Amino acid sequence: MMTSDFITAWFLPGLWITVQITVYSAALAFVIAFPIGVLRTSPLWIVRFLAGTYFEIFRGTSALVFMFWMAFTVPMLFGFSFLPMAAGVLALGMTYGAYGSEIVRGALAAVPVAQREAGVALNFTKGQRLRKIEIPQAWPEMLPPFNNLLIELLKGTSLVSLIAVADMTFAGNLWRLVTAESAPVYTVLLVVYFVLAFLLTRGMRLLERHAKARIGQAPEKVGLLGGLRSKSSIDAVTGTGGAK
Amino acid sequence: MNWDWSNVEDFMPHFWDGLLVTLQALAWGTLIAFSLGLLWAIAQRSDQVWIRWPVTAITEFIRNTPLLVQLFFLFTVVPEFGPTMSPLTTGIVGLGLHYSTYTAEVYRAGIEGVPVGQWEAATALSLPKRRTWTAIILPQAIRRVIPALGNYVVSMLKDSPQIAAIGALDMLGEAKGFTQATFTYEAISIVGIAFIVIAYPASVLLRVLERRLVR
Repeated sequence: MMTSDFITAWFLPGLWITVQITVYSAALAFVIAFPIGVLRTSPLWIVRFLAGTYFEIFRGTSALVFMFWMAFTVPMLFGFSFLPMAAGVLALGMTYGAYGSEIVRGALAAVPVAQREAGVALNFTKGQRLRKIEIPQAWPEMLPPFNNLLIELLKGTSLVSLIAVADMTFAGNLWRLVTAESAPVYTVLLVVYFVLAFLLTRGMRLLERHAKARIGQAPEKVGLLGGLRSKSSIDAVTGTGGAK
Repeated sequence: MNWDWSNVEDFMPHFWDGLLVTLQALAWGTLIAFSLGLLWAIAQRSDQVWIRWPVTAITEFIRNTPLLVQLFFLFTVVPEFGPTMSPLTTGIVGLGLHYSTYTAEVYRAGIEGVPVGQWEAATALSLPKRRTWTAIILPQAIRRVIPALGNYVVSMLKDSPQIAAIGALDMLGEAKGFTQATFTYEAISIVGIAFIVIAYPASVLLRVLERRLVR
């Protein structure tokens, strides 16, 4: 098969699948991270304990093993199966959601206590305090670590190739088998992932600037090539380091 | 749901073999990540642009691309012009190299956390560069970042099953082989639980360590 045929038949669809999986699992991770993160700041110990258990279990889980489990064990054990892509998205979303919950919790805990007390003094309900006072101030703090987590998630999507989802890495492996030329194939693959990570960072920096402007903070100055990762006290990769 | 404990029993010998390989990969990978990361961190502070710039570019590139593809690259491309490595060796090099770019950031933060006065004091005492690093800066920097480094070891543990994709027989590799040979499904569940059982106490331990070493 000609290389150009291969690119249109496998590589570009693979790129599209990679983008889709990144978007879906990021959405799922976000939807999990927010409630879990908020519940982990709850004054009730049982709520904190349950949300914390979710965090600890999925932080201790290897995303790849969990993905294999969803794709191969669940059908045999429980008698129903996911589409391979759904198994990948669920596994990625649930594990990265746990890391995300630490970002949400840490950023909420970093909001000055006086702000919460002001809300109490103004007779705000708990929900109002969260929506109108705490989250708007914590949000700009969450974006830099979310950016780092998003890059980790993008890298993690390559794992779906191992459960037979035809993403970009899967296409690359096929391509290598067809052309028997490893170096160009894997170099292209790595460069495309890097470019995607770069584009994600640009997008997240825009969001961050917007969010900071909304609460009257000046954006941090970062050059175009100022590194892909954002500086943050919360380590999104290991899920540690947030304010207590 | 039909869980069969006798399958678990049959799998256990393979499991211990796999665990040993995983721990081996982790130990050697950690060694590479810790030493290479320190090298990157120091090189990134070099006053020579032609050292600083390439090192920064390479570490940024490695850190922001998937480990899995890097493993494929190491396993298939390197033998074309270099040494042929076994899957486990390739996995160790891949894990170590990938995570060295993370530990470099940890060291960098630690080094930046050393007060400027310490550098000035070393200059005032006209200590040579090597002594400044080994006797003044690194001992203070590394102590504070030990828990952060440890957290990356836990992360590396969770990424280590990726070496099964190039054929290393770690925990996941053993489980995959067992599953395909016997048409049973208990093995992957056991491995999944094993990761949590190892990772959770490790992160609790690191939290305790953090309380004692930092601040």
